[in-house]
Amino acid sequence: MYPFEYVRPASVEEAIGLRRADAGAQWLAGGMTLLPSMKLRLAAPSQLIDLTDVEGLDEWSIGDEHIVLGSMSSHRRVAEADEVRTRIQALSTVAAGIGDPQVRNRGTLGGSIANNDPAADYPAALLGLGATIRTSQREISADEFFKDFFETVLEDDELVVAVSFPVPRRAAYLKFRTPGSRYALVGVMVAETRDGVRVAVTGAGPGVYRATQLETALAEDFRPEALVGLDMSPDGLNADMHGSPEYRAHLTGVLARRATAQAIACEN
Amino acid sequence: MIPLQLKVNGEPVAAEIEPATLLVELLRDQLGLTGTHVGCDTSQCGCCVVHVDGVALKSCTLLAISAQGSDVVTIEGLATGATLHPMQKAFHECHALQCGYCTPGMIMSAVALLERNPDPNEAEVREGLEGNLCRCTGYHNIVRAVLAAAAEMRGG
Ligand SMILES: Cc1cc2nc3c(=O)[nH]c(=O)nc-3n(C[C@H](O)[C@H](O)[C@H](O)COP(=O)(O)OP(=O)(O)OC[C@H]3O[C@@H](n4cnc5c(N)ncnc54)[C@H](O)[C@@H]3O)c2cc1C
Ligand code: FES
Ligand code: FES
Repeated sequence: MYPFEYVRPASVEEAIGLRRADAGAQWLAGGMTLLPSMKLRLAAPSQLIDLTDVEGLDEWSIGDEHIVLGSMSSHRRVAEADEVRTRIQALSTVAAGIGDPQVRNRGTLGGSIANNDPAADYPAALLGLGATIRTSQREISADEFFKDFFETVLEDDELVVAVSFPVPRRAAYLKFRTPGSRYALVGVMVAETRDGVRVAVTGAGPGVYRATQLETALAEDFRPEALVGLDMSPDGLNADMHGSPEYRAHLTGVLARRATAQAIACEN
Repeated sequence: MIPLQLKVNGEPVAAEIEPATLLVELLRDQLGLTGTHVGCDTSQCGCCVVHVDGVALKSCTLLAISAQGSDVVTIEGLATGATLHPMQKAFHECHALQCGYCTPGMIMSAVALLERNPDPNEAEVREGLEGNLCRCTGYHNIVRAVLAAAAEMRGG
């Protein structure tokens, strides 16, 4: 790693002041993505602004219609919380399936979505459930938040504070893991929300996206059978050593059907 | 340089570190605790797992400064004098190691696993050790050792 300065602010205001004073600074959350990138010299921040002590970033507010989770919530905390599982079981599944126990002990919700890895799990959860991202400046819908390959609409001096998840009528998340990295080769969130059916896909393309064709079919008939015969197009999907675009397109359909069946089975 | 104060295996430690110093570098290079291994240095293999305030973490992917004020336990801190920790004993008895490179991390992860779930089944042990890679044993005897240690620690 290249040398850097290290600071540990206590409030959002202080953190933002530090970020504005140094254009080369970056936020440090769990460090499970940032530190490996720094070792590989893919990132060389002049300063790390550690968010560990920033007040409010680990706060939760749990209601019957929404649950709001602070950006510094570790994957483990989300995976193990009864108040999450009883309201949005699919969200517990997402958190419990990230990486391995040590990664979940340290990695955070905010870090994961700010990073927007095209194979990460949380982006599919937020997009599929129709979540809203609360930042230090504004509220952003998941539909707007995730832009492209490792890109979001966040400004440099903007901090993710929390994510608000509407409680769906029913939802399920399934991923087909790449065994080496545990990231999703393809992951699909199927949700019947109060505002309609949403299907979000991660791992398959250059960024998380909604499968509108599947959403339309499920909106008419929320059963796996409604998706049979809907051929997903491989156009624009990823090709790498783990799978071809055609394979990823096929997996998307298979996982969407299974997730629909699971959402029906464990309605909550 | 930043002054760092923490506890390692129960002993208070004061050190001067660079912000970029990783916890594993502090442990191995400054404190001479070379039981914690570096296998991959890319957060994949789990050779470097230690406990920080009771939580199992990959010390190659943690800044030493993040452990400021914490209680760190490494493989060197498990045995009591000449008496091995039940997990160490079970690894020995079940032949759960060959080259031994992955062993310190395996044991630290396994101890953390039992703290959360004292009576895991085989599938839970395998899942709980997902962050630890072993290139020698094929895992079978490692899983046996963790189950044996769990039984002994429950007093069974
Ligand atoms: C071995 C391994 C396996 C993994 N497997 C998976 C997997 O299966 N699925 C998966 O989804 N992920 C996986 N991950 C990634 C993991 O989930 C990370 O925890 C996550 O991507 C980043 O979170 P973090 O808290 O560690 O963020 P950091 O690494 O600290 O930060 C990541 C980026 O986000 C920025 N950032 C952090 N917090 C905020 C904030 N509040 N507001 C704005 N920007 C912020 C940082 O500046 C940085 O650019 C894996 C990681 C490892 C090491
Ligand atoms: S050396 Fe830390 S995970 Fe491999
Ligand atoms: S015993 Fe050799 S790597 Fe596990």
